[in-house]
Amino acid sequence: MVDHLFRHESGKMVAVLTRVFGFANIEQAEDIVQDTLLKALEAWKWGKIPDNPQAWLYKTAKNKAIDLIRREKLKYKIEHEFAPLLKSEYTLVPSMNEMFRENEIKDSQLRMMFACCHPSITIESQLTLVLKTLCGLSTKEIGNAFLANEDTIQKRLYRTKEKIREEHISLDYPGADNMPARLDTVLKALYLLFNEGYNSSHPEKLIREDLCEEAIRLTILLTENPKTNLPHTNALLALMCYHTSRFGARLDDKGYMVLLKDQDRTQWNKFLIERGNYYLNFAAAGNGIHEYHIEAAIASVHANAKSYERTDWEMILQLYTNLFNRTQSPVVAINRCIVLGEVKGYDAAIAELEQIKGFANNCYYNTSLGEMHLKAGHKKEAANYFQKALEFTSSHAEIELITRKLRLC
Amino acid sequence: MYLFRGGVNHAHNAADSEAAAKNMQAWVNWMGGLQQKGILAGGEPLQPTGKQISGTKKVVTDGPFAEAKEMVGGFLIVNAKDINEAVEFSKGCPIFEEDGHLEVRPIQKM
Repeated sequence: MVDHLFRHESGKMVAVLTRVFGFANIEQAEDIVQDTLLKALEAWKWGKIPDNPQAWLYKTAKNKAIDLIRREKLKYKIEHEFAPLLKSEYTLVPSMNEMFRENEIKDSQLRMMFACCHPSITIESQLTLVLKTLCGLSTKEIGNAFLANEDTIQKRLYRTKEKIREEHISLDYPGADNMPARLDTVLKALYLLFNEGYNSSHPEKLIREDLCEEAIRLTILLTENPKTNLPHTNALLALMCYHTSRFGARLDDKGYMVLLKDQDRTQWNKFLIERGNYYLNFAAAGNGIHEYHIEAAIASVHANAKSYERTDWEMILQLYTNLFNRTQSPVVAINRCIVLGEVKGYDAAIAELEQIKGFANNCYYNTSLGEMHLKAGHKKEAANYFQKALEFTSSHAEIELITRKLRLC
Repeated sequence: MYLFRGGVNHAHNAADSEAAAKNMQAWVNWMGGLQQKGILAGGEPLQPTGKQISGTKKVVTDGPFAEAKEMVGGFLIVNAKDINEAVEFSKGCPIFEEDGHLEVRPIQKM
């Protein structure tokens, strides 16, 4: 319980204090939050958790921040628009209290999202910074998520913070002209964060629910502010809700993968499917259609289908064709071929899969071909592709699934 | 520069915390307004105690002598194009509601 509280509250406090001190002084914000959590652990050690632990944390962090500002050294480094209010004793305490109000906390988190996902920062550094500062993950946990050691993550964070200072990245909202492009960068980062959780590169953990949960939480924040609550923000959120609804059915008791066809649909989370429908409804506004709209629509057809056989495959194929025409992505093309198999037959799917070049060394590509051959009754070809697929994955769950398939060949 | 004299020193009157909170909010609102217009440059409230040092012998005595209403209770620095504009900006100051007064002085460039 304390873990969960700490993770969420530390993300909020880092955002608020970084806004107070300025993005260039993010380390001071992180230090205060770290001290606050240590102080809480000490004070709550014998089970004496206060009635309102959140208020306890905020009060402690606030006092530490006020002390730090009063010490002249940091005071003169604070240079944002409301700095004069923090630098005067007339207004220091009330301004700090104001920053810790719920609306201001959310505002700080949003500003922080835009700053972390600044286009001059590489995508992997964006995700690392988001996980560290907004989601309160430790460098070790981030290392686990990205299959990198702690040292690499620490170095990456250090370089990113240098970059923030060099580029003078501030916590100001992008101007109206830049907003759409900047929001796209933020959404892309959240989409990738969700993907990493949905199909983790971690060998032993196929699903990292915590990463998905964080991605959803941050996307919900974006829908709560009129500046960022655009149709495609809602489309992305719908997509995340639909995919998350299946988590309970994707793995069996032994942790083995269960494919869509064999999933127990009664285990799909109805609440999340309804939330998906709800957000997709909001996404259906404005004139533009974004890729997230199409992906959400595909997920919606699956989530709302009574069974695998009664899925509207024609509709899904149309959506995939549309998506492919926009993105030209080979991954989309592979997915489209599998759907094509359900609509036009497995031989047609095999023919189209063979047209996709450059993916011969991809696990997913080879499993897809194996599966289509197996369904078409070509056991020998299927076995060859499954064998090949095994060479290109390190995920225990995937290896187990492919081995199971091989036994059917 | 605004020099504040008189008014109520709420920091030393904790018993009336509701009035103190109201007064503090009034200062935050006024100064917040100045900050948003980019006028506010800085300033601090002052404690009602202190030391006076005077003469070639540097005699030290306790406290500002003047009566409470004559004592400087704080200062604020604003960016104004001339003294008239500074006077205009000062009119929303909460000190006038608390029976205090404010002196506007241009900073001498040396």
